[in-house]
Amino acid sequence: MFRNVAELVELAESKNVKIAEIMILQEMEFSGLSREQIIEKMDRNLTVMEQAVERGLKGVQSVTGLTGGDAVLLQNYIKSGKALAGNLLLDAVSKAVATNEVNAAMGMICATPTAGSAGVVPGTLFAVKEKLNPTRAEMIEFLFTSAAFGFVVANNASISGAAGGCQAEVGSASGMAAAAIVELAGGTPSQAAEAMAITLKNMLGLVCDPVAGLVEVPCVKRNAMGASNAITAADMALAGITSRIPCDEVIDAMYKIGLTMPVALRETAEGGLAATPTGRKLAKEIFGSYK
Amino acid sequence: MKYRSAFDIIGPVMIGPSSSHTAGAARIGRVARTLFGKQPKKAIISLYGSFAKTYRGHGTDVAVVGGILDFDTDDERIPASLTIAEEAGMEVSFTIEDTVTDHPNTVKIRLFDEDKELELVGISIGGGTIEITELNTFKLKLSGENPAILVVHNDVFGIISSVSTVLANHEINIGHMEVSRKEKGQMALMVIEVDQKIQGDVMKEIEGLENVSQVIRMVE
Repeated sequence: MFRNVAELVELAESKNVKIAEIMILQEMEFSGLSREQIIEKMDRNLTVMEQAVERGLKGVQSVTGLTGGDAVLLQNYIKSGKALAGNLLLDAVSKAVATNEVNAAMGMICATPTAGSAGVVPGTLFAVKEKLNPTRAEMIEFLFTSAAFGFVVANNASISGAAGGCQAEVGSASGMAAAAIVELAGGTPSQAAEAMAITLKNMLGLVCDPVAGLVEVPCVKRNAMGASNAITAADMALAGITSRIPCDEVIDAMYKIGLTMPVALRETAEGGLAATPTGRKLAKEIFGSYK
Repeated sequence: MKYRSAFDIIGPVMIGPSSSHTAGAARIGRVARTLFGKQPKKAIISLYGSFAKTYRGHGTDVAVVGGILDFDTDDERIPASLTIAEEAGMEVSFTIEDTVTDHPNTVKIRLFDEDKELELVGISIGGGTIEITELNTFKLKLSGENPAILVVHNDVFGIISSVSTVLANHEINIGHMEVSRKEKGQMALMVIEVDQKIQGDVMKEIEGLENVSQVIRMVE
Protein backbone atom coordinates (compact mmCIF):
# COMPACT_ATOMS: atom_id res chain seq x y z
CA MET A 1 0.00 0.00 0.00
CA PHE A 2 1.39 3.42 -0.94
CA ARG A 3 0.20 6.70 0.51
CA ASN A 4 2.28 9.11 -1.53
CA VAL A 5 4.47 9.32 -4.62
CA ALA A 6 7.68 8.78 -2.64
CA GLU A 7 6.36 5.45 -1.32
CA LEU A 8 5.08 4.48 -4.77
CA VAL A 9 8.48 5.08 -6.37
CA GLU A 10 10.28 3.34 -3.50
CA LEU A 11 8.00 0.29 -3.82
CA ALA A 12 8.51 0.03 -7.58
CA GLU A 13 12.27 0.55 -7.41
CA SER A 14 12.86 -1.83 -4.50
CA LYS A 15 10.87 -4.59 -6.23
CA ASN A 16 12.36 -3.64 -9.58
CA VAL A 17 8.94 -3.48 -11.24
CA LYS A 18 6.95 -0.86 -13.09
CA ILE A 19 4.64 1.52 -11.24
CA ALA A 20 1.79 -0.07 -13.19
CA GLU A 21 2.57 -3.38 -11.48
CA ILE A 22 2.35 -1.80 -8.00
CA MET A 23 -1.10 -0.43 -8.88
CA ILE A 24 -2.24 -3.82 -10.23
CA LEU A 25 -1.04 -5.60 -7.06
CA GLN A 26 -2.83 -3.08 -4.86
CA GLU A 27 -6.02 -3.42 -6.90
CA MET A 28 -5.88 -7.22 -6.52
CA GLU A 29 -5.54 -6.87 -2.77
CA PHE A 30 -8.28 -4.26 -2.48
CA SER A 31 -10.85 -5.87 -4.77
CA GLY A 32 -10.17 -9.56 -4.26
CA LEU A 33 -10.30 -9.95 -8.06
CA SER A 34 -7.70 -11.88 -10.04
CA ARG A 35 -5.04 -10.18 -12.15
CA GLU A 36 -6.85 -11.31 -15.31
CA GLN A 37 -10.15 -9.83 -14.15
CA ILE A 38 -8.53 -6.49 -13.33
CA ILE A 39 -6.68 -6.34 -16.66
CA GLU A 40 -9.94 -7.25 -18.42
CA LYS A 41 -11.73 -4.40 -16.66
CA MET A 42 -9.07 -1.87 -17.67
CA ASP A 43 -9.10 -3.24 -21.22
CA ARG A 44 -12.79 -2.31 -21.42
CA ASN A 45 -11.99 1.25 -20.30
CA LEU A 46 -9.28 1.41 -22.97
CA THR A 47 -11.82 0.35 -25.61
CA VAL A 48 -14.21 3.13 -24.53
CA MET A 49 -11.33 5.63 -24.86
CA GLU A 50 -10.49 4.37 -28.36
CA GLN A 51 -14.10 4.63 -29.45
CA ALA A 52 -14.44 8.16 -28.05
CA VAL A 53 -11.32 9.37 -29.91
CA GLU A 54 -12.49 7.68 -33.10
CA ARG A 55 -15.88 9.35 -32.82
CA GLY A 56 -14.37 12.76 -32.01
CA LEU A 57 -12.00 12.59 -34.98
CA LYS A 58 -14.97 12.14 -37.29
CA GLY A 59 -16.36 15.42 -35.94
CA VAL A 60 -19.01 15.97 -33.26
CA GLN A 61 -20.96 19.02 -32.11
CA SER A 62 -22.31 19.70 -28.63
CA VAL A 63 -26.00 20.53 -28.18
CA THR A 64 -25.17 24.20 -27.56
CA GLY A 65 -22.79 24.39 -30.52
CA LEU A 66 -20.09 25.90 -28.28
CA THR A 67 -17.66 23.07 -28.95
CA GLY A 68 -16.99 20.42 -31.57
CA GLY A 69 -15.06 20.00 -34.78
CA ASP A 70 -11.70 21.32 -33.55
CA ALA A 71 -10.11 17.86 -33.42
CA VAL A 72 -10.85 17.50 -37.13
CA LEU A 73 -9.42 20.95 -37.93
CA LEU A 74 -6.19 20.05 -36.19
CA GLN A 75 -5.89 16.65 -37.92
CA ASN A 76 -6.33 18.35 -41.31
CA TYR A 77 -3.70 20.92 -40.37
CA ILE A 78 -1.23 18.18 -39.40
CA LYS A 79 -1.84 16.51 -42.79
CA SER A 80 -1.09 19.81 -44.58
CA GLY A 81 2.51 19.50 -43.41
CA LYS A 82 2.60 23.13 -42.27
CA ALA A 83 2.55 22.41 -38.53
CA LEU A 84 5.18 24.23 -36.50
CA ALA A 85 5.06 21.94 -33.46
CA GLY A 86 5.90 18.25 -33.90
CA ASN A 87 3.20 16.01 -35.30
CA LEU A 88 3.18 13.74 -32.25
CA LEU A 89 2.46 16.70 -29.98
CA LEU A 90 -0.35 18.00 -32.17
CA ASP A 91 -1.75 14.51 -32.61
CA ALA A 92 -1.99 14.24 -28.80
CA VAL A 93 -3.69 17.63 -28.62
CA SER A 94 -6.13 16.66 -31.35
CA LYS A 95 -7.02 13.34 -29.70
CA ALA A 96 -7.45 14.97 -26.30
CA VAL A 97 -9.77 17.53 -27.89
CA ALA A 98 -11.64 14.72 -29.70
CA THR A 99 -12.40 12.99 -26.40
CA ASN A 100 -13.61 16.13 -24.69
CA GLU A 101 -15.74 17.11 -27.67
CA VAL A 102 -17.49 13.74 -27.38
CA ASN A 103 -17.88 14.31 -23.64
CA ALA A 104 -19.40 17.77 -24.21
CA ALA A 105 -21.83 16.19 -26.67
CA MET A 106 -23.01 13.85 -23.87
CA GLY A 107 -21.28 10.93 -25.55
CA MET A 108 -19.69 7.97 -23.80
CA ILE A 109 -16.22 8.46 -22.33
CA CYS A 110 -14.06 7.07 -19.54
CA ALA A 111 -13.32 9.57 -16.74
CA THR A 112 -9.54 10.00 -16.28
CA PRO A 113 -9.72 11.07 -13.47
CA THR A 114 -12.82 13.15 -14.24
CA ALA A 115 -14.99 13.64 -17.31
CA GLY A 116 -13.98 17.27 -17.76
CA SER A 117 -10.34 16.15 -17.88
CA ALA A 118 -10.98 12.92 -19.78
CA GLY A 119 -9.01 13.94 -22.88
CA VAL A 120 -5.44 14.18 -21.62
CA VAL A 121 -4.67 10.55 -20.70
CA PRO A 122 -6.12 8.90 -23.83
CA GLY A 123 -5.00 11.78 -26.08
CA THR A 124 -1.36 11.40 -25.09
CA LEU A 125 -1.53 7.60 -25.05
CA PHE A 126 -2.88 7.28 -28.58
CA ALA A 127 -0.39 9.83 -29.93
CA VAL A 128 2.66 8.29 -28.24
CA LYS A 129 1.41 4.91 -29.43
CA GLU A 130 2.19 5.91 -33.04
CA LYS A 131 5.86 6.34 -32.17
CA LEU A 132 6.48 3.69 -29.50
CA ASN A 133 4.24 0.93 -30.93
CA PRO A 134 3.24 -0.51 -27.54
CA THR A 135 1.42 -3.83 -27.19
CA ARG A 136 -2.18 -3.83 -25.93
CA ALA A 137 -0.84 -4.99 -22.54
CA GLU A 138 1.55 -2.03 -22.40
CA MET A 139 -1.27 0.37 -23.22
CA ILE A 140 -3.26 -1.09 -20.34
CA GLU A 141 -0.20 -0.64 -18.11
CA PHE A 142 -0.13 3.02 -19.16
CA LEU A 143 -3.59 3.38 -17.65
CA PHE A 144 -2.55 1.67 -14.39
CA THR A 145 0.48 3.97 -14.11
CA SER A 146 -1.82 6.96 -14.62
CA ALA A 147 -4.17 5.50 -12.02
CA ALA A 148 -1.38 5.14 -9.44
CA PHE A 149 -0.43 8.81 -9.63
CA GLY A 150 -4.06 9.94 -9.79
CA PHE A 151 -4.77 7.78 -6.76
CA VAL A 152 -2.19 9.71 -4.70
CA VAL A 153 -3.55 13.08 -5.86
CA ALA A 154 -7.18 12.07 -5.20
CA ASN A 155 -6.40 10.91 -1.67
CA ASN A 156 -3.89 13.58 -0.64
CA ALA A 157 -5.33 16.56 -2.50
CA SER A 158 -8.38 16.59 -4.76
CA ILE A 159 -9.54 15.73 -8.26
CA SER A 160 -12.68 17.85 -8.05
CA GLY A 161 -12.99 21.20 -9.84
CA ALA A 162 -15.63 22.27 -7.35
CA ALA A 163 -13.20 21.59 -4.51
CA GLY A 164 -9.83 22.51 -6.04
CA GLY A 165 -10.29 24.23 -9.40
CA CYS A 166 -9.09 23.05 -12.81
CA GLN A 167 -5.59 22.40 -11.43
CA ALA A 168 -7.20 19.47 -9.57
CA GLU A 169 -8.79 18.12 -12.77
CA VAL A 170 -6.75 18.88 -15.90
CA GLY A 171 -3.69 19.50 -13.70
CA SER A 172 -3.99 16.05 -12.14
CA ALA A 173 -4.80 14.39 -15.48
CA SER A 174 -1.77 15.97 -17.13
CA GLY A 175 0.55 14.90 -14.32
CA MET A 176 -0.83 11.36 -14.49
CA ALA A 177 -0.34 11.27 -18.27
CA ALA A 178 3.21 12.66 -18.07
CA ALA A 179 4.23 9.98 -15.59
CA ALA A 180 2.67 7.22 -17.68
CA ILE A 181 4.36 8.47 -20.88
CA VAL A 182 7.73 8.32 -19.13
CA GLU A 183 7.12 4.74 -18.02
CA LEU A 184 5.91 3.66 -21.48
CA ALA A 185 8.99 5.27 -23.04
CA GLY A 186 11.25 3.22 -20.77
CA GLY A 187 11.96 5.81 -18.06
CA THR A 188 12.41 4.92 -14.38
CA PRO A 189 9.78 5.29 -11.65
CA SER A 190 11.72 8.32 -10.31
CA GLN A 191 11.66 9.93 -13.75
CA ALA A 192 7.90 9.31 -13.91
CA ALA A 193 7.50 11.15 -10.59
CA GLU A 194 9.66 14.02 -11.85
CA ALA A 195 7.47 14.32 -14.96
CA MET A 196 4.34 14.43 -12.79
CA ALA A 197 5.91 17.13 -10.58
CA ILE A 198 7.03 19.26 -13.55
CA THR A 199 3.60 19.04 -15.19
CA LEU A 200 1.57 19.83 -12.10
CA LYS A 201 3.86 22.76 -11.21
CA ASN A 202 2.93 24.34 -14.51
CA MET A 203 -0.77 24.06 -13.79
CA LEU A 204 -0.91 25.26 -10.19
CA GLY A 205 -3.55 27.89 -9.60
CA LEU A 206 -5.57 27.01 -12.69
CA VAL A 207 -9.17 27.93 -11.93
CA CYS A 208 -12.41 26.17 -12.89
CA ASP A 209 -14.53 28.80 -14.66
CA PRO A 210 -16.82 27.04 -17.13
CA VAL A 211 -18.89 29.36 -19.32
CA ALA A 212 -22.58 28.81 -18.52
CA GLY A 213 -21.48 25.98 -16.23
CA LEU A 214 -20.97 23.77 -19.26
CA VAL A 215 -18.02 21.40 -19.59
CA GLU A 216 -17.11 23.04 -22.90
CA VAL A 217 -15.45 26.46 -22.70
CA PRO A 218 -12.62 26.45 -21.65
CA CYS A 219 -12.52 22.76 -20.65
CA VAL A 220 -11.91 21.32 -24.12
CA LYS A 221 -8.93 23.58 -24.83
CA ARG A 222 -7.56 23.10 -21.31
CA ASN A 223 -7.31 19.40 -22.16
CA ALA A 224 -5.42 20.38 -25.31
CA MET A 225 -2.90 22.34 -23.23
CA GLY A 226 -2.78 19.60 -20.63
CA ALA A 227 -1.81 17.04 -23.27
CA SER A 228 0.96 19.19 -24.70
CA ASN A 229 2.17 20.06 -21.19
CA ALA A 230 2.31 16.35 -20.31
CA ILE A 231 4.37 15.40 -23.37
CA THR A 232 6.79 18.29 -22.86
CA ALA A 233 7.27 17.45 -19.17
CA ALA A 234 7.74 13.75 -20.00
CA ASP A 235 10.48 14.66 -22.47
CA MET A 236 12.10 16.93 -19.90
CA ALA A 237 12.12 14.17 -17.28
CA LEU A 238 13.45 11.63 -19.80
CA ALA A 239 16.22 14.12 -20.62
CA GLY A 240 17.26 13.91 -16.98
CA ILE A 241 15.71 17.16 -15.73
CA THR A 242 14.37 16.98 -12.18
CA SER A 243 11.94 19.09 -10.20
CA ARG A 244 13.54 21.06 -7.34
CA ILE A 245 10.27 20.65 -5.42
CA PRO A 246 9.48 16.95 -4.84
CA CYS A 247 6.29 15.58 -6.43
CA ASP A 248 4.46 15.06 -3.11
CA GLU A 249 5.12 18.66 -2.08
CA VAL A 250 3.81 19.91 -5.43
CA ILE A 251 0.64 17.87 -4.87
CA ASP A 252 0.32 19.34 -1.38
CA ALA A 253 0.80 22.85 -2.76
CA MET A 254 -1.95 22.18 -5.29
CA TYR A 255 -4.27 21.07 -2.47
CA LYS A 256 -3.56 24.18 -0.39
CA ILE A 257 -4.01 26.50 -3.36
CA GLY A 258 -7.38 24.82 -3.97
CA LEU A 259 -8.45 25.43 -0.38
CA THR A 260 -7.76 29.14 -0.68
CA MET A 261 -9.32 29.50 -4.11
CA PRO A 262 -12.48 31.68 -4.10
CA VAL A 263 -15.78 29.84 -4.63
CA ALA A 264 -16.39 31.93 -7.77
CA LEU A 265 -13.45 30.12 -9.37
CA ARG A 266 -14.43 26.59 -8.35
CA GLU A 267 -16.99 25.32 -10.82
CA THR A 268 -19.77 27.76 -9.95
CA ALA A 269 -19.68 29.61 -13.30
CA GLU A 270 -19.53 32.91 -11.39
CA GLY A 271 -15.96 34.04 -12.06
CA GLY A 272 -13.09 33.97 -14.54
CA LEU A 273 -14.05 33.29 -18.16
CA ALA A 274 -17.64 32.56 -17.15
CA ALA A 275 -17.95 36.14 -15.86
CA THR A 276 -16.53 37.87 -18.94
CA PRO A 277 -18.99 39.88 -21.08
CA THR A 278 -18.88 37.20 -23.78
CA GLY A 279 -19.12 34.39 -21.22
CA ARG A 280 -22.25 35.94 -19.74
CA LYS A 281 -23.71 36.66 -23.16
CA LEU A 282 -23.23 33.03 -24.25
CA ALA A 283 -24.81 31.83 -21.01
CA LYS A 284 -27.80 34.08 -21.62
CA GLU A 285 -28.19 32.89 -25.19
CA ILE A 286 -28.09 29.27 -24.09
CA PHE A 287 -30.30 29.44 -21.03
CA GLY A 288 -32.38 32.57 -21.60
CA SER A 289 -33.05 33.72 -18.08
CA TYR A 290 -29.65 32.56 -16.85
CA LYS A 291 -27.75 35.54 -15.41
CA MET B 1 -8.37 6.94 2.04
CA LYS B 2 -11.42 8.14 0.15
CA TYR B 3 -10.35 6.58 -3.15
CA ARG B 4 -9.27 2.97 -2.95
CA SER B 5 -9.47 1.56 -6.45
CA ALA B 6 -7.56 2.22 -9.67
CA PHE B 7 -11.01 2.33 -11.29
CA ASP B 8 -12.01 5.32 -9.14
CA ILE B 9 -9.30 7.17 -11.07
CA ILE B 10 -9.50 5.54 -14.53
CA GLY B 11 -13.27 5.33 -14.68
CA PRO B 12 -16.17 5.31 -14.54
CA VAL B 13 -17.22 4.76 -18.12
CA MET B 14 -19.98 7.29 -18.38
CA ILE B 15 -22.18 9.58 -20.42
CA GLY B 16 -20.66 13.10 -20.32
CA PRO B 17 -20.12 15.82 -19.54
CA SER B 18 -19.09 15.78 -15.85
CA SER B 19 -17.95 12.96 -13.58
CA SER B 20 -19.02 14.79 -10.43
CA HIS B 21 -22.08 16.60 -11.77
CA THR B 22 -23.34 13.89 -14.14
CA ALA B 23 -21.95 10.45 -13.21
CA GLY B 24 -21.79 11.17 -9.45
CA ALA B 25 -25.27 12.68 -9.55
CA ALA B 26 -26.60 9.59 -11.35
CA ARG B 27 -25.00 7.34 -8.74
CA ILE B 28 -26.61 9.24 -5.86
CA GLY B 29 -29.97 8.99 -7.63
CA ARG B 30 -29.48 5.27 -8.09
CA VAL B 31 -28.62 4.71 -4.40
CA ALA B 32 -31.86 6.51 -3.51
CA ARG B 33 -33.74 4.26 -5.94
CA THR B 34 -32.12 1.12 -4.53
CA LEU B 35 -32.96 2.14 -0.97
CA PHE B 36 -36.54 2.94 -2.00
CA GLY B 37 -36.72 -0.51 -3.54
CA LYS B 38 -38.88 0.37 -6.53
CA GLN B 39 -39.69 3.14 -8.94
CA PRO B 40 -41.29 6.01 -6.98
CA LYS B 41 -44.40 7.89 -8.05
CA LYS B 42 -42.86 11.23 -7.20
CA ALA B 43 -39.36 12.67 -6.75
CA ILE B 44 -38.41 16.04 -5.29
CA ILE B 45 -34.78 16.91 -5.94
CA SER B 46 -33.04 19.79 -4.15
CA LEU B 47 -29.71 21.01 -5.50
CA TYR B 48 -27.12 22.91 -3.47
CA GLY B 49 -23.83 24.74 -4.10
CA SER B 50 -22.12 24.08 -7.42
CA PHE B 51 -24.90 21.59 -8.28
CA ALA B 52 -27.42 24.44 -7.93
CA LYS B 53 -25.35 26.88 -9.99
CA THR B 54 -24.42 24.66 -12.92
CA TYR B 55 -26.90 21.79 -13.05
CA ARG B 56 -28.33 22.70 -16.44
CA GLY B 57 -24.96 22.81 -18.13
CA HIS B 58 -23.77 19.58 -16.56
CA GLY B 59 -26.96 17.61 -17.00
CA THR B 60 -27.12 17.07 -13.21
CA ASP B 61 -30.92 17.14 -13.41
CA VAL B 62 -31.21 14.42 -16.07
CA ALA B 63 -28.49 12.41 -14.32
CA VAL B 64 -30.19 12.34 -10.90
CA VAL B 65 -33.48 11.39 -12.54
CA GLY B 66 -31.68 8.76 -14.63
CA GLY B 67 -30.29 7.30 -11.42
CA ILE B 68 -33.76 7.25 -9.87
CA LEU B 69 -34.89 5.34 -12.98
CA ASP B 70 -32.13 2.82 -12.12
CA PHE B 71 -29.83 3.83 -15.00
CA ASP B 72 -26.09 3.26 -14.57
CA THR B 73 -23.55 6.04 -15.34
CA ASP B 74 -22.96 4.73 -18.88
CA ASP B 75 -26.63 4.35 -19.79
CA GLU B 76 -27.28 6.23 -23.01
CA ARG B 77 -30.86 6.94 -21.94
CA ILE B 78 -29.61 9.47 -19.32
CA PRO B 79 -29.96 12.56 -21.57
CA ALA B 80 -33.63 11.66 -22.17
CA SER B 81 -34.43 10.72 -18.56
CA LEU B 82 -36.90 13.56 -17.90
CA THR B 83 -39.08 12.42 -20.79
CA ILE B 84 -38.69 8.76 -19.81
CA ALA B 85 -39.74 9.61 -16.23
CA GLU B 86 -42.80 11.44 -17.49
CA GLU B 87 -43.79 8.54 -19.74
CA ALA B 88 -43.32 6.17 -16.80
CA GLY B 89 -45.68 8.27 -14.70
CA MET B 90 -43.04 9.55 -12.30
CA GLU B 91 -43.62 13.14 -11.25
CA VAL B 92 -40.33 15.04 -10.91
CA SER B 93 -39.67 18.49 -9.47
CA PHE B 94 -36.49 20.43 -8.70
CA THR B 95 -35.72 23.07 -6.11
CA ILE B 96 -32.61 25.23 -6.25
CA GLU B 97 -31.31 25.96 -2.76
CA ASP B 98 -29.18 28.86 -1.51
CA THR B 99 -28.21 27.20 1.77
CA VAL B 100 -24.45 26.74 2.08
CA THR B 101 -23.61 23.08 2.60
CA ASP B 102 -20.41 21.41 3.82
CA HIS B 103 -19.63 20.13 0.35
CA PRO B 104 -20.24 22.17 -2.84
CA ASN B 105 -21.81 19.24 -4.72
CA THR B 106 -24.78 18.33 -2.56
CA VAL B 107 -28.18 16.96 -3.51
CA LYS B 108 -31.19 16.04 -1.42
CA ILE B 109 -33.57 13.51 -2.96
CA ARG B 110 -37.06 12.79 -1.64
CA LEU B 111 -38.96 9.85 -3.12
CA PHE B 112 -42.61 9.03 -2.58
CA ASP B 113 -45.35 6.63 -3.49
CA GLU B 114 -48.68 5.66 -1.88
CA ASP B 115 -47.22 3.80 1.04
CA LYS B 116 -43.72 5.06 1.65
CA GLU B 117 -41.30 7.92 1.41
CA LEU B 118 -37.55 8.32 1.62
CA GLU B 119 -35.21 11.25 2.04
CA LEU B 120 -31.53 11.02 1.21
CA VAL B 121 -28.67 13.52 1.06
CA GLY B 122 -25.61 12.71 -1.03
CA ILE B 123 -22.42 14.47 -2.03
CA SER B 124 -20.33 13.99 -5.15
CA ILE B 125 -16.70 14.35 -4.14
CA GLY B 126 -14.99 14.16 -7.54
CA GLY B 127 -14.31 11.73 -10.35
CA GLY B 128 -17.73 10.12 -9.93
CA THR B 129 -17.12 9.00 -6.34
CA ILE B 130 -20.01 9.73 -3.97
CA GLU B 131 -20.92 9.61 -0.30
CA ILE B 132 -24.36 9.35 1.26
CA THR B 133 -24.42 11.72 4.21
CA GLU B 134 -28.02 11.54 5.40
CA LEU B 135 -30.86 9.06 5.21
CA ASN B 136 -34.37 9.80 6.47
CA THR B 137 -32.92 12.72 8.45
CA PHE B 138 -30.50 10.34 10.14
CA LYS B 139 -26.94 11.58 9.65
CA LEU B 140 -24.68 8.82 8.37
CA LYS B 141 -21.31 9.48 9.89
CA LEU B 142 -19.28 7.48 7.43
CA SER B 143 -15.63 8.34 7.25
CA GLY B 144 -15.65 7.08 3.66
CA GLU B 145 -12.29 5.54 4.44
CA ASN B 146 -13.46 2.02 5.27
CA PRO B 147 -15.90 -0.33 3.57
CA ALA B 148 -19.39 0.24 4.94
CA ILE B 149 -22.85 -1.27 4.64
CA LEU B 150 -26.30 -0.10 5.56
CA VAL B 151 -28.76 -2.61 6.95
CA VAL B 152 -32.46 -1.77 6.94
CA HIS B 153 -34.31 -3.92 9.45
CA ASN B 154 -37.27 -4.21 11.78
CA ASP B 155 -36.65 -2.86 15.27
CA VAL B 156 -36.71 -6.17 17.19
CA PHE B 157 -34.47 -7.65 19.87
CA GLY B 158 -31.48 -9.72 18.82
CA ILE B 159 -31.16 -8.28 15.33
CA ILE B 160 -27.90 -6.45 16.04
CA SER B 161 -26.27 -9.60 17.36
CA SER B 162 -27.50 -11.66 14.38
CA VAL B 163 -25.88 -9.24 11.96
CA SER B 164 -22.64 -8.97 13.90
CA THR B 165 -22.49 -12.78 14.20
CA VAL B 166 -22.58 -13.13 10.41
CA LEU B 167 -19.70 -10.65 10.12
CA ALA B 168 -17.76 -12.42 12.89
CA ASN B 169 -18.22 -15.79 11.18
CA HIS B 170 -16.57 -14.33 8.09
CA GLU B 171 -13.77 -12.81 10.19
CA ILE B 172 -14.84 -9.27 9.34
CA ASN B 173 -14.01 -6.74 12.06
CA ILE B 174 -16.44 -3.91 12.83
CA GLY B 175 -14.65 -0.56 13.21
CA HIS B 176 -17.66 1.65 13.79
CA MET B 177 -21.39 1.04 14.07
CA GLU B 178 -24.49 3.14 14.52
CA VAL B 179 -28.10 2.14 14.94
CA SER B 180 -31.14 4.34 14.67
CA ARG B 181 -34.91 4.15 14.42
CA LYS B 182 -37.77 6.52 13.94
CA GLU B 183 -40.15 4.80 16.32
CA LYS B 184 -39.89 1.83 18.66
CA GLY B 185 -40.76 -1.40 16.86
CA GLN B 186 -40.74 0.19 13.40
CA MET B 187 -38.14 0.33 10.66
CA ALA B 188 -34.58 0.83 11.87
CA LEU B 189 -31.17 1.36 10.31
CA MET B 190 -27.74 0.03 11.07
CA VAL B 191 -24.63 1.56 9.56
CA ILE B 192 -21.58 -0.63 9.91
CA GLU B 193 -18.03 0.31 8.98
CA VAL B 194 -15.66 -2.61 8.74
CA ASP B 195 -11.96 -3.25 8.15
CA GLN B 196 -12.29 -5.84 5.38
CA LYS B 197 -14.12 -5.76 2.07
CA ILE B 198 -17.55 -7.37 2.41
CA GLN B 199 -18.09 -9.87 -0.40
CA GLY B 200 -21.43 -10.41 -2.11
CA ASP B 201 -22.12 -13.73 -0.39
CA VAL B 202 -21.82 -12.10 3.05
CA MET B 203 -24.21 -9.36 1.96
CA LYS B 204 -26.68 -12.04 0.83
CA GLU B 205 -26.33 -13.90 4.12
CA ILE B 206 -27.18 -10.76 6.10
CA GLU B 207 -30.07 -9.98 3.78
CA GLY B 208 -31.40 -13.49 4.39
CA LEU B 209 -31.65 -12.94 8.15
CA GLU B 210 -35.09 -12.73 9.68
CA ASN B 211 -36.28 -9.12 10.09
CA VAL B 212 -33.65 -7.72 7.72
CA SER B 213 -35.28 -6.13 4.69
CA GLN B 214 -32.28 -4.68 2.83
CA VAL B 215 -28.51 -4.56 2.83
CA ILE B 216 -26.79 -1.87 0.80
CA ARG B 217 -23.13 -1.25 0.18
CA MET B 218 -22.37 2.36 1.11
CA VAL B 219 -18.61 2.39 0.64
CA GLU B 220 -16.70 -0.21 -1.40
